[in-house]
Amino acid sequence: MPNAEEIKQRIEAAIPGARAEVEDWTGGGDHFKATVTAAAFAGRSRIEQHRLVYDVFGAEIGGPIHALSLKTHSPG
Amino acid sequence: MSDTEQSTEIRDAIAQAISEHDTILFMKGTPDAPACGFSARTVAALQSLQAPFAAVDVLPDPRIREELSAISQWPTIPQLFVKGELVGGCDIVMEMHESGELAQTLGVEGDAMEPADEAEALAPGLTQIENRLG
Repeated sequence: MPNAEEIKQRIEAAIPGARAEVEDWTGGGDHFKATVTAAAFAGRSRIEQHRLVYDVFGAEIGGPIHALSLKTHSPG
Repeated sequence: MSDTEQSTEIRDAIAQAISEHDTILFMKGTPDAPACGFSARTVAALQSLQAPFAAVDVLPDPRIREELSAISQWPTIPQLFVKGELVGGCDIVMEMHESGELAQTLGVEGDAMEPADEAEALAPGLTQIENRLG
């Protein structure tokens, strides 16, 4: 089962320069809430920013990760 | 009919529903009885703006969700489409609602005081598909 720290590390490893804050929303290990800041988001629409994060987890979203609520920002 | 043919048929029906409705929400459950908090919040945002929308319940057949995500390249439900374009899921819709962008995207006044009337019924194309899959 994924945990918040693992999700944070995977986002930060997969998206160059990303900083993520992740919390387990319900304490149940399947609903997470993440705020991600990354230079890679600059110039991209919100949809594209969220897709970059979802892509880190592929089919796990909707599977073991039932929900990953996102807020994305580009720095500065 | 083979599984592949059925999946293609579902995908075509979804694409048609998206193209036929200016505002269409794919959700878990129905606007009157949402089956997931994220779907419920998205419906509430649309209704607070009195925005008319079509709604499709993805729960009756898992293939609806699979084919929808294949079309939209978006993994989660709900998914809101306006004029054929994916606007986003619950997080993006709520952010846009807070900033006023949602009313703008939907082409409605942002300061509606009354709750919306009931949402439009299920997209007809998909209803037919679901019936055939029975």
